[in-house]
Amino acid sequence: MAHDHDHHDHDHHHEGSELSDVALRVRALETVLTQKGLVDPAALDMIVDTYETKVGPRNGARVVARAWIDPAFKARLLEDGAKAIGELGYGGRGGEHIAVVENTSAVHNMVVCTLCSCYPWPVLGLPPVWYKSAPYRSRAVIDPRGVLKDFGVTLSDDVEIRVWDSTSEMRYLVLPMRPGGTEDWDEEKLADLVTRDSMIGVSQPLAPGART
Amino acid sequence: MNPPDLSILPGIPRAAEGPLFREPWEAQAFAMAVHLRDRGLFSWKEWAQAIGAEISAAQQRGDPDLGDTYYLHWLSALEKLVVAKGAASARALVETRDAWDRAARATPHGRPIELCVEVKPS
Repeated sequence: MAHDHDHHDHDHHHEGSELSDVALRVRALETVLTQKGLVDPAALDMIVDTYETKVGPRNGARVVARAWIDPAFKARLLEDGAKAIGELGYGGRGGEHIAVVENTSAVHNMVVCTLCSCYPWPVLGLPPVWYKSAPYRSRAVIDPRGVLKDFGVTLSDDVEIRVWDSTSEMRYLVLPMRPGGTEDWDEEKLADLVTRDSMIGVSQPLAPGART
Repeated sequence: MNPPDLSILPGIPRAAEGPLFREPWEAQAFAMAVHLRDRGLFSWKEWAQAIGAEISAAQQRGDPDLGDTYYLHWLSALEKLVVAKGAASARALVETRDAWDRAARATPHGRPIELCVEVKPS
């Protein structure tokens, strides 16, 4: 359905549409690469749909909840994160190599990508805006305790904070501590306590009773 | 060594969660990079280097880089990598961008914008 837009005098009483510079550049890329057979527009739609609706932190929450109730799974998870996560059916791009780091009463782990925004997509989806921001990327390294405070987490001074720098080759997922008072909870109920931020290491899981 | 002056660091922008993509172009740019990586045009490592360089350059230019300009950097990195890999010429990208611009301006509001037949980027 091509039109010759060079001869549109009859349309001058209409107001033309305007696309932003970035929208135009994206269209140009897609047009050129599609014509070269390098991009399949249908595949692009599927990718967007996947990340908008199918992949997100609920996947990671299931991994964490499983680790809380299944010590053998937890051992495998800490040994080879990506492989154990694959047992639950999660994996693929952005999750080729995932290391899982465990919070204990002595150690709190926190994840950042100082370079850009490397993030374990299959278990957390795409990163929030703040994760991609320069203040977080720099402060997480310089002043992790201050960052945690900003997120409402105060750790006692004797808790060691370890900051992990995600890269394209190794992405990190925090295994938070299981909240007390959940001893008889099943996996599904436990997963509801696991927030995205707790798996980045900037907050704690919800307390029992915080969600009904 | 003196401790760093943390007060000079701006706050972390964590107020609004918002949608995954704020505008359709962000989603398209995201998907294209992922798709081209899937197809082997470049590796994650190359991608991380490209976008990392783009972010640093933007910061040098004075971008406070609060995460809201992230997909701008993403798009610039993608354009450069695509050209560097020989998948498209910089000229074809500019010409096609301008063709889309003309097509948009010639299309009344509410109608789908279609690229004119004159454009045959190679």
